[in-house]
Amino acid sequence: MELAWYWTALIAFVIVQFLLISASVLVYAERKVSGYMQNRPGPNRVGPFGFLQPFADVVKLVFKENIVPVLANPFVHSLAPMLMVVIAMGAGALIPFAHNVVIADMDVSVLVLLALTSISVYGVTLAGWSSNSKYSLLGGLRSSAQMISYELSMGLAVLSVVLIAGSLSLTEIVEDQAGGWGLLGWNIFRNPIGAILFIVTAFAETNRAPFDLPEAEQELVGGYHTEYSGMKFGMFFLAEYVNFFIASFVIVTLFFGGYMLPFESVLLGAFPALVDSLWLTVLQLGTILVKAGFFAFVFIWVRWTLPRFKYTQLMTLGWKYLLPIALANMLLVALGVALLS
Amino acid sequence: MLSDFYPLFVQLAIAAGLSFTLLKAAALIGPNRHNIVKRKAYESGMDPIGSAHERYSVKFYLVAMIFIVFDVEVVFLYPWAVSFKEFLEAGAGPGVMGVVMLFVIVLAIGLLYDIKKGGLEFD
Repeated sequence: MELAWYWTALIAFVIVQFLLISASVLVYAERKVSGYMQNRPGPNRVGPFGFLQPFADVVKLVFKENIVPVLANPFVHSLAPMLMVVIAMGAGALIPFAHNVVIADMDVSVLVLLALTSISVYGVTLAGWSSNSKYSLLGGLRSSAQMISYELSMGLAVLSVVLIAGSLSLTEIVEDQAGGWGLLGWNIFRNPIGAILFIVTAFAETNRAPFDLPEAEQELVGGYHTEYSGMKFGMFFLAEYVNFFIASFVIVTLFFGGYMLPFESVLLGAFPALVDSLWLTVLQLGTILVKAGFFAFVFIWVRWTLPRFKYTQLMTLGWKYLLPIALANMLLVALGVALLS
Repeated sequence: MLSDFYPLFVQLAIAAGLSFTLLKAAALIGPNRHNIVKRKAYESGMDPIGSAHERYSVKFYLVAMIFIVFDVEVVFLYPWAVSFKEFLEAGAGPGVMGVVMLFVIVLAIGLLYDIKKGGLEFD
């Protein structure tokens, strides 16, 4: 569907704002969930149930001084957080939120998505290097080594999905999961090993616990954002939350039927009036939000449940276990596709 | 086609505008009272010793090199994955599968060699 450029711009603007708001909601959710997990109430002073706390935090960050270390490279020091936010938000353009509701519907959206996640490695590395602080540099280096190590397994896990769907377009991958009875067409049932691999690597790619070594505060102070304060730190924070929300959307799109309602074909059979109606789009938007919200909760849940890996354990897991498993799984899926078609 | 990418560029431009606005707003609104102590790099309260742009462990370069080999492998596998069903329909399934197996096995041997040589030990 071809839209005039101003409509595209308007919808893109809405999605950027939506990601911004959802990042605030996720910060609130993380603090509230972690609070209840640790048997304390969490933020509860600003607004009803403390709901306005993240907005108050943003306003506070804007009013803070912008400190650039003396020896830092000022241009790269500002570029790094901008890069992180732009890349995190840009990936939102590729996610199909409902049937025909996607900003950039292209044939190679899977490749573009992987390319964008690779660029976010630069954000972390440049932040670590430009600060000219030892803690930042070590955090940035560790982070880039970690992200590129897990990117391979992630690429191979996505490859197994591409094998099943026979397409690089996220929209077609979602449509491909419509078959089967009810939920059984979803890729989690057709490719369970790939799904687990992808979820694990998504945690590593977004630098979330238990893979949050770049900012392991006991050993590296603040990791790559040691020397960042004020709004620049806020932008790293924003990018982290947008990143893991986008990662939830990608997990849902690739493995959990995307915007498909559970038993959508049964539902459409029972209510033929729904086909191609606005209500179906609204239902699909609701469905993908519920699914992605659940995975966002899983991200938070895991962070407050599992302890952090050691660096050696992390590299061993990535290279000696996940990569061979991902290669084997890819060949297995190829064999499955060959035998079943 | 390039025109498919325009919406993505629009989204990136809007996101860039947003992050630029945030940075500029913070720079305009926030106070500006620098002093040398504030602007020193953090080193647990001590004066920083030397620059941080020093040499670092060669292990990171090794990881980067192995990454490039395997990343190129994954990129080579994508065209195969997209057109695998067409190969099957054309009856070329076993041959294509054999070639891909060979390709993967050669690289798997490389990975095994690297692991046995201790290229991925980080102690």
